[in-house]
Amino acid sequence: MIVLLFYVGLFGGAFLIVNLLRKGLESRQDFTSLKTVTFGDESAVRADRVASFISVLVIFVIWGAFTGSKLLPIHVPGPFVGDTQFTYTLEHPDGSTDEATVFVRVPPFGEDAEAFDVDPGDGFAKDDGFGAPSGRSSTFIFDKNDETSRKDGAKIVAINGTPIGPDARVDVGDGTVSLTDKGAITFTPAQGLQMNPIWLPAPETVVARFFEIATEGYQNFSLWEHLGWSLFRVFAGFVTGALIGIPLGYAMGLSGWFRGWFDPIVEFMRPVPPLALIPLVIIWFGIWETGKIVLLFLAALWIMTIAARAGVSGVNISKIHAAYSLGASKWQIMRHVIVPNSLPEIFTGARVAMGVCWGTVVAAELVAAQKGAGMMIIAASKFQLTDIVIMGIVLIGIIGYGIDILMRMAENWLVPWKGRS
Amino acid sequence: MPELDIIDLSMRFDLPNGTSVQALQDVSLSLKEGELVSVLGPSGCGKTTLLNIVAGFLAPTSGRVELNGHVVKGPDAERGMVFQKGALFEWMNVRENVDFGPRMKGMPLAERNKISDHLLEVVGLQDFKDKAVYELSGGMQQRVALARCLANEPDVILMDEPLGALDALTREKMQGLVLKLWKETGKTIILITHSVEEALLLGERLIVMAPRPGRIHKQYNLPFAERGVNADLRDVKKSEGFAETRDEILTMIWEMEEEIMGRTEQAS
Repeated sequence: MIVLLFYVGLFGGAFLIVNLLRKGLESRQDFTSLKTVTFGDESAVRADRVASFISVLVIFVIWGAFTGSKLLPIHVPGPFVGDTQFTYTLEHPDGSTDEATVFVRVPPFGEDAEAFDVDPGDGFAKDDGFGAPSGRSSTFIFDKNDETSRKDGAKIVAINGTPIGPDARVDVGDGTVSLTDKGAITFTPAQGLQMNPIWLPAPETVVARFFEIATEGYQNFSLWEHLGWSLFRVFAGFVTGALIGIPLGYAMGLSGWFRGWFDPIVEFMRPVPPLALIPLVIIWFGIWETGKIVLLFLAALWIMTIAARAGVSGVNISKIHAAYSLGASKWQIMRHVIVPNSLPEIFTGARVAMGVCWGTVVAAELVAAQKGAGMMIIAASKFQLTDIVIMGIVLIGIIGYGIDILMRMAENWLVPWKGRS
Repeated sequence: MPELDIIDLSMRFDLPNGTSVQALQDVSLSLKEGELVSVLGPSGCGKTTLLNIVAGFLAPTSGRVELNGHVVKGPDAERGMVFQKGALFEWMNVRENVDFGPRMKGMPLAERNKISDHLLEVVGLQDFKDKAVYELSGGMQQRVALARCLANEPDVILMDEPLGALDALTREKMQGLVLKLWKETGKTIILITHSVEEALLLGERLIVMAPRPGRIHKQYNLPFAERGVNADLRDVKKSEGFAETRDEILTMIWEMEEEIMGRTEQAS
């Protein structure tokens, strides 16, 4: 919630500041800047690259600020670390009370908390030294050294002078105190606003983990093997899917029998998410490579079939008529008109299919794999190695984005006429 | 000897709702070799259907089309076609579009290049040989379409509103080009158009068709195409008889359109 407020604040703040700065040095004189109607004119809306840059920066700043990153000078308050103290009031069965002080020492996160000795003081309740681990609650047996213990019927009635019952919590400044069912003290150091590293590690931890895994590998395979296997599965599945799907789509676009025969199958299979097929594919083909490639094949197949069918159906009949009138045979029309004409649609389908395959392979590896990007993050999550999980997610994102950029470049190079007929 | 014979052509389309449309009824027409006939009529009179049957894309319900004595059964390189737009191949450059026909026949490259070089010069695109067709303007694209059709050496050229999608100025220039190509190549041409002026300027003979059922309403023999060769078409428009004929045909088509409207109103 606080993170969201921060984000909205930075969004608005950056917008105002950048616009104020820009007003000072406004000198752009392209055509768009001369348009007076920009609100509602989609063509006048260009992605502001400064905003993109700040956006990425803000994500890292928030990430760093809420994880106590060493790369950032400013952080939100972290979890309490250091010494603090509170008092408890013990009531003797005979009705008399005595106060004792608990000295609490909270070590930095990850270090062991150790009890330590303090001067017990006077009265029947004695002072204690208590080491509380950072970031979580711990229960403290306060009456080990007291003259009257809970066994004798004594009980705590107040903390820092505030009355306390079984369900109450008392804020003692650097943490909160509550009582267990049996009357022992539970102390929770203040959490602050920073994330516990188990939830979200600092950016530099993730980067360090990346270099560590890039050099040493993870779970018997190097990082490049993990990513390489994921990519290999995607390409194997996509290529087989395209090899079957494109001719099938052409056949459906050119022959009524093929269309009638395969229409129900394609239309039925298309809305089934590939992930829903994982159990069946595992039962049929096992959890190893065959199963995964079959799954990705199925993910790519329907998309490519529909794309190729749309490509054939989308051919302008004038082009076909013109080619016949110029003396082309059916085969020549296929080769020189129908296939090139369908390429833009096929490329669009290929981009979609690659995206779906990449998502599916990660999901399939989450279910069962020895190697792969998805396996890496699921294995790390079992050991609460959140830094590896985040590193894996970032790498998966980068690779998916990279694949799409490469596909778009290939598209511009191979079908420059797309959308221009 | 007449080259292209259209004999008692009738075409009925059966609609899914049980009714049928008589697109053409008993249309007969003969074209001499090297004749340019323009076909005019209100929308729905079956001009495009007629052209599609002659091209061989449609089979008539009765009647037949004969070219050089044999019956037309399907599309063939002997009958070239120029479309309004969208019929160029965007994945080929200008030259590849023009030599598509010869290439499909397996003509060697040197010969093909000779043909395409010559034709691109004729249509004024010698500097655009290696351009992509989608980079050209609409008028240039139609020049490519004309050159592509001519490269295949057809006996008859069928033009389906070839200049319909062009702006008025480009259209005027292209009309001159069509006349020039017709005179230089001596091809038999059927030209379908919506524009009365274009029909008058380009047609040696003008067929006015009437709708419901589609039929030939009136024929004119015109002197303007002959006058227009190597002359300014604007002068031809001012020449004797042009304005009168244009007004006569416009009135005729207006009356047909109004009759259709009246019939539709009665029906509804």
